[in-house]
Amino acid sequence: MLGAGHSGPVLARVAMDAGYPVTIAASGDPADIELITQVLVPGAEPRWAAAAAADADIVVLAIPLHKFATLDPSLVAGKLVVDVMNYWPAVDGVVPMFDDHRLGSSEIVQRRLRSSTVVKALNHIGYHELDDERRPAGAPDRRALGVAADDPRGLDVIAGLVDRIGYDPVRLDSLGAGRILEPGGPVFGVSLRRSEFDQAARADAA
Amino acid sequence: MTPLILGLDTFGDAMHDERDRPLSHAATIRNVVEQGVLAEQAGADFFGIGEHHTSDFPMPAADVVLAAIAARTTRMHLGSAVTVLSSDDPVRVFQRYSTLNAISGGRAEVILGRGSSIDSFPLFGYDLADYEDLFEEKAGLFAELLHGGPVTWEGKTRAPLYRQDVVPHTEFGPFPAWIGVGGSPQSVIRAARYGYSLMLAIIGGSPARFAPFSRLYQQALEQFGRAPLPVGVHAPGHVAATDEQAREEFWPRYRDVIASVGAARGFAMPTPDTFQREVGPAGALYVGSPETVAQKIAANLTVLGASRFDLKYGMGGLSHPTLMTAIELYGTQVIPRVRELLAS
Repeated sequence: MLGAGHSGPVLARVAMDAGYPVTIAASGDPADIELITQVLVPGAEPRWAAAAAADADIVVLAIPLHKFATLDPSLVAGKLVVDVMNYWPAVDGVVPMFDDHRLGSSEIVQRRLRSSTVVKALNHIGYHELDDERRPAGAPDRRALGVAADDPRGLDVIAGLVDRIGYDPVRLDSLGAGRILEPGGPVFGVSLRRSEFDQAARADAA
Repeated sequence: MTPLILGLDTFGDAMHDERDRPLSHAATIRNVVEQGVLAEQAGADFFGIGEHHTSDFPMPAADVVLAAIAARTTRMHLGSAVTVLSSDDPVRVFQRYSTLNAISGGRAEVILGRGSSIDSFPLFGYDLADYEDLFEEKAGLFAELLHGGPVTWEGKTRAPLYRQDVVPHTEFGPFPAWIGVGGSPQSVIRAARYGYSLMLAIIGGSPARFAPFSRLYQQALEQFGRAPLPVGVHAPGHVAATDEQAREEFWPRYRDVIASVGAARGFAMPTPDTFQREVGPAGALYVGSPETVAQKIAANLTVLGASRFDLKYGMGGLSHPTLMTAIELYGTQVIPRVRELLAS
């Protein structure tokens, strides 16, 4: 888990609940996030970002988007990267690198992280909902969450992760298709069952 | 034991008259003064005004309005909720609130934070991307200013100070200062590091999920070798005679405000279902009869280990008389009931 801000610790905790071993890193010394980890994500291991990424199979990018430009792409080269960041200028301000209406934010992330496989997921549920809205597979009120990737294998792995965490993964077969998950899109921040999700996505495409 | 504080906050939400026509900014501000005066008469311990810079919330100079309320009250504490410190000068914030402290005979407080709007950044020429650095440095300087005495300070965000005497001096030591936190654990740690009290702003979702933040804060205080400090909760709501009336008054205003803010910011519209969840026991809104609101406040203060609750009353478009009734009910019925519930 890269990021120990609003969403990093919550994501780390639900991943641990789902049985994943988790390391967590912020931009600096792991000692700075030791207490946060101990209290909010007991059992996770705080580490330096480079070490945490090197040993991980899946790297979750939960840093503020305006800090993304300072992330060294080689840190996550060869990794499956889950991009939970959002470009949300009205709330977080304009970030020049992402101020391009032709591309979704995760497409821009993928272009920069050329040697990684980027999957867009877990970005359109509020970090304050992530804990409470989990439901076991088959529950009638299980919330649907979009998972978008260009790479089919990466898509499967992260869809599996979303499912294990407690959400109904809706596969979108490209990062471009994942634009419907962005702020201002039809499913952003809305709690939807799968049929409602599909309906909202179709209505948006029409 | 930490005393229980029960207060009210407003953002100066633009009001309508009883025929639902918008009031001028000036009339809205004058009404806020009357509401503050009533808050003390009704029994509130604190009245806070949150800095905002838009036509929907014409309230950029909270300290001026608080000074007017101070002149007509004697007991209630008065403070910002919040001061957007990152786009302000800590020296000026200290001077203004130390002046308010003088006018009010030691009743000033500040709550420092970002708030959920970002309008002050472009307005005053700051880059939102620098938010963290600005806040970190300015919170540090403000803590030194509060301490009193000549200040020597150097940083990146304002001119250095060398043995600078910053006036007016406070009469009775530092006035209470809090940091408002939305959901960032690093902000919790920062509050503890500088010795600010912690105000949890809980405006959506389950309040109980903030309980670990309260624990994180107390453990961080311990780690920094500081004495325990109070934790408070700020949350939106509305009180009327019955649950039904409160919901009927609040819902259309809440829907319209969130829809208009949501359209600009790209987030989801509230629906009757999501509203129902938020006003229920597991939601963030305190909307209902005095008994409903009091029960929810008492329950959440207990879960969160908090000793203070500030109800952010009002919602754009509600009328002054409706808000006066809400304040009256909060002060005369909710507050005593919360005290009773927590004493038993």
